[in-house]
Amino acid sequence: MNQLQNFSKGFIKENPVFILLLGLCPTLAVTTSAINGLGMGLATAFVLVMSNLVISLVKNFIPNKVRIPSFIVIIASFVTIVDLSMAAYLQPLHEQLGLFIPLIVVNCIVLGRAEAFASKNNLISSIIDGLGMGLGFSFALTLLGAIREILGSNAIFGYKFIEADGMLVFVLAPGAFIVLGYLIALMRKLNKSG
Amino acid sequence: MAKKESTFFNMVSTLFLVTAIASTALGYMYEMTKKPIEIAKKQKLENAISEVVPEFDNLNTFSLMPKTGSDSVIFYEAIKEDKLVGTAIKTYTDNGFSGKIWIIVGFDTKDNIINYKVIEHKETPGLGDKMDAWFSNENKQSSYINGRNPGTSNLTVSKDGGEIDAITAATISSRAFLDAIQRAYDTFTDNKK
Amino acid sequence: MEYIIIIISAIFVNNIVLAQFLGICPFLGVSNKISTAAGMGGAVLFVMTLATIVTWLIQTKILIPLDIAYLQTISYILVIASLVQMVEIILKKVSPSLYQALGVFLPLITTNCAILGVAILVIQKDMNLLESVVFSVGNSLGFALALILFAGLREQLDLVKVPKGMQGVPAALLVAGILALAFMGFTGIV
Repeated sequence: MNQLQNFSKGFIKENPVFILLLGLCPTLAVTTSAINGLGMGLATAFVLVMSNLVISLVKNFIPNKVRIPSFIVIIASFVTIVDLSMAAYLQPLHEQLGLFIPLIVVNCIVLGRAEAFASKNNLISSIIDGLGMGLGFSFALTLLGAIREILGSNAIFGYKFIEADGMLVFVLAPGAFIVLGYLIALMRKLNKSG
Repeated sequence: MAKKESTFFNMVSTLFLVTAIASTALGYMYEMTKKPIEIAKKQKLENAISEVVPEFDNLNTFSLMPKTGSDSVIFYEAIKEDKLVGTAIKTYTDNGFSGKIWIIVGFDTKDNIINYKVIEHKETPGLGDKMDAWFSNENKQSSYINGRNPGTSNLTVSKDGGEIDAITAATISSRAFLDAIQRAYDTFTDNKK
Repeated sequence: MEYIIIIISAIFVNNIVLAQFLGICPFLGVSNKISTAAGMGGAVLFVMTLATIVTWLIQTKILIPLDIAYLQTISYILVIASLVQMVEIILKKVSPSLYQALGVFLPLITTNCAILGVAILVIQKDMNLLESVVFSVGNSLGFALALILFAGLREQLDLVKVPKGMQGVPAALLVAGILALAFMGFTGIV
């Protein structure tokens, strides 16, 4: 697989949310608006790239039996770095994402890519894989957030386009499940025919 | 390059090394972001206060325990050129639909509400969430609280005999909101005595 | 009593899966049969309660006094990972059949956001140790309830004709959405 394929697989073919069905907790919880989805996606992408980078560098120094705990510590460190940085420089977004920033550490995508890819591939491939998956994740979250925001609040990225209220259910819990269900079905169809 | 062997020594030392490096890096990160985080928090509070009281050059801060409720309320007396121009009070209610709601409300020197800002809540988006805009919308006089004096107006929802129209389908949040405003006013007037 | 409110709101009003979106991966992964769902629920109950106690003690007795609260994420996740290892070993000895049935989902409890989520929530909500225990027991019961209900629904779903594109996860998500809608009806009771 050349690096271009490595990068682009994260968007449609192996999109972590729509195809691999990983990282669904934050996907449903923070996508009440497009900007929240984008912010969470990029924060996760950062952790993904950095942890893939470090893990592929040190993979030969870590004994097999302790690799999972070691990966977890490495991932948790980058999550804490993101948490502290956002609290310091992006307070409003930090508040919106709340609990789900530390929860990036248990996002199956991060540990999954570390185990499945970074621990077995070289530095450049691992970085690109992380980048592709992270951006694919951001794409999925932003899309879901945008749909829920348009239908539920009649706004996009905070910009309200009609004065009236939207269909409330879409920014609440049930709406998240329903929109995601339809999106997954849609993406699967696109994947098959595309 | 072969992977390191999983001997007991290797395992323990690797884990120890990884954790040690991680903790050091994080400690450094923590020191670096400590100040910006504090500044960001202070900024948020000051922005909220500036929206509810007139311009000030000094803030006199103290906290008081209200007659009812689980927490104390915090007073921010706005001073300009040594004169009190308004008082911002960080108040709360325990009766929110989904828990505690924190609001900063500003009173002028005649005990009228200048403005308010909801600073923390977990109310339902699209329903109780509308508190910030609903009660400060001067195009809807029936629910507009700015300018009213809680001493002379009955600031409870019309369902309970009061003067204020609750948010549609969010009576509980509305009641809780007004409870917080009332708590601020009561503590404000009690303090003046 | 306060504790009853904590339990009722954890199980019904703010159901950890259907309202707070924690624990979705096992929710979608382990819910095809009621028996596995129940087994998963039991395992989560054990791990969540123990994890909450240990992490609460770590936060209040070690992290805060030493001003190293930024190590919360790392220490919490290491505690949870170790507890899950323990549960695996115990389960293998005590109930090999359940161990087999849960399969790969047992180690996946480590990445169950519900466990880490609840551990962080009790600190955010300033709960004392007893309240935290009640809260985590309540939440794991809520998790088990959501899982078992959903498994029952999915067993029914398997018997019906679903359009090809929606088969599997998409249909399951729509069902979950309706279940979440139903649970919203509980919001009046506390």
